[in-house]
Amino acid sequence: MNPTHYLMLSALLFGIGAVGVLIRRNAIVVFMSIELMLNAVNLSFVTFARMQGNLDGVIIALFVMVVAAAEVVVGLAIIMSIFRSRRSASVDDANLLKY
Amino acid sequence: MIAHLTTAVTTAVGAAVTPLTATGGGAGGAEEIVFWIVGPLALLGAIGMLFSKGAVHSALWLVLTMMCLGVLYITQQAEFLGFAQIIVYTGAIMMLFLFVLMLTGRDAGDSVIEVLRGQRVAAGLLGLGLVGLLVAVLMHAVGTLPNVGLTDAIAERGAVGSLAASIFTTYLFPFELTSALLITAAVGAMVLAHVERTKRERRSQKATVLARMRSDRMSPLPGPGVHATSASNATPAMLPDGSIAPGSVSHLVEMAVSEQVARRFREGELVPINGPEHPYRPKRAAIDHEGSAENIVIPAVSAASGGSAGAAHEGSES
Repeated sequence: MNPTHYLMLSALLFGIGAVGVLIRRNAIVVFMSIELMLNAVNLSFVTFARMQGNLDGVIIALFVMVVAAAEVVVGLAIIMSIFRSRRSASVDDANLLKY
Repeated sequence: MIAHLTTAVTTAVGAAVTPLTATGGGAGGAEEIVFWIVGPLALLGAIGMLFSKGAVHSALWLVLTMMCLGVLYITQQAEFLGFAQIIVYTGAIMMLFLFVLMLTGRDAGDSVIEVLRGQRVAAGLLGLGLVGLLVAVLMHAVGTLPNVGLTDAIAERGAVGSLAASIFTTYLFPFELTSALLITAAVGAMVLAHVERTKRERRSQKATVLARMRSDRMSPLPGPGVHATSASNATPAMLPDGSIAPGSVSHLVEMAVSEQVARRFREGELVPINGPEHPYRPKRAAIDHEGSAENIVIPAVSAASGGSAGAAHEGSES
C-alpha cells in the first residue's frame, strides 16, 4: 500500500486542527485542536520512518508525545487560572492586555 | 512483556495486520482494508470535534480520532508508539481534558459573538487552502518517495528492542532532557494551580467580647434599614430624618401606638436619629451631643391628618 495515503490523512487532520484553533472560542477546544495537529504530525513522522526504513521518526514521535503531555499540563493549568479569575474559559474574555 | 502484549493485540486487531507485521513490506491488501476503515473514522472524529457544540462532545470525538491514529501506528509497524498513543493520549491526556472541562463547567459552550467580522469564513478558507497545498505537494511527490518499510531496521532486536537501543544510545541526551521538561511542567502546573490562602489573624471569643464591652454599644448592630425597638408590628418605622413613617403602622388597629410615639417626639422625650445611635435614647444622653436640640423633628404625623407629610412616602405603604 502506498504510504502517501497516510500523509494525506495527516494533512487533512492537520488542516482540521488548524481550522479548529481559528474558529473555536472555547479555550479548551482550541487546546484539543492543537493536540489534533500534534497527532497529525506524529502520523507523518511514523509514516516517514516507515518509508525511510529508519526508526528515528518513531522516536521523534515519542518525543513529541512527551512534549505534548507537558504542554497539556501547563496549558490546562493556565486555562484553570484564567477561569478562576475571569469565570470564563472563552478566549475572547482574556482581553486585559488588548489595548 | 510489552512484546507479548503487542503480539497479543496485533492478533486482536485482526488477521489482517499480522501478516503485515510479519512481512513488513507494506504491500499488503490487508493494510489497505484497515486504512480505509480506520482513516475515515479518524477524519470523522476530527470533523466531529470541530463542529460539535459542547466541549465534552468535542473531547469524545477527539478520543475516537486518537484511537484510530493508534491503530494506524500499529499497522505501520510502530506498535510501541501505537500503544503509547492509546495509553498516553486517550488514557491520560484526554481524561485530563475531561477533568478540566468538568471543573470549568461543562455547559460553557462557545460564544456565538463574532469578534472579528468574517473571521470564521476566513479561517475556513485558510484551512482549505492549507490542506489543498499540502495535498498538492504530496500528489506531486508521490512517485519519488521511497517505501522501504521498517522490517530491516527492526530485524536485529525486534520492534521495541531496536527502539530502546536507539533511545538509550543516539537519543540519550534528548531523552534525559525530557525528564527535566516533565519536572518543569509539573512544578509549573503546581504553581499555576496553587491558590494562596492569606492567613488572617482570628480574634478569639474572649477578645471579641472584651472589644464589644469597651465599645459604645454592647448589643449587635441592627440590620440595614432596621430601627425597630420591639418585635411588635405596632412599632412605627422611622424615616431617614427621624420622623415616623405614617404608612408603617396599620391605621385601623394600631393608631393609638403611632400617635403615642408621635406625642413622645413632640414633647421631646425622644430624640431623632442623629448618627448610628439608637432612636430611643433617653434625652439626657442626647444632650451631650452637640446640636441635638435643633435636630428634634416634630413629626407632622397622625393617622388622620398625615396627608401632606405622608404623601411622599405613600409608596412604602402596602
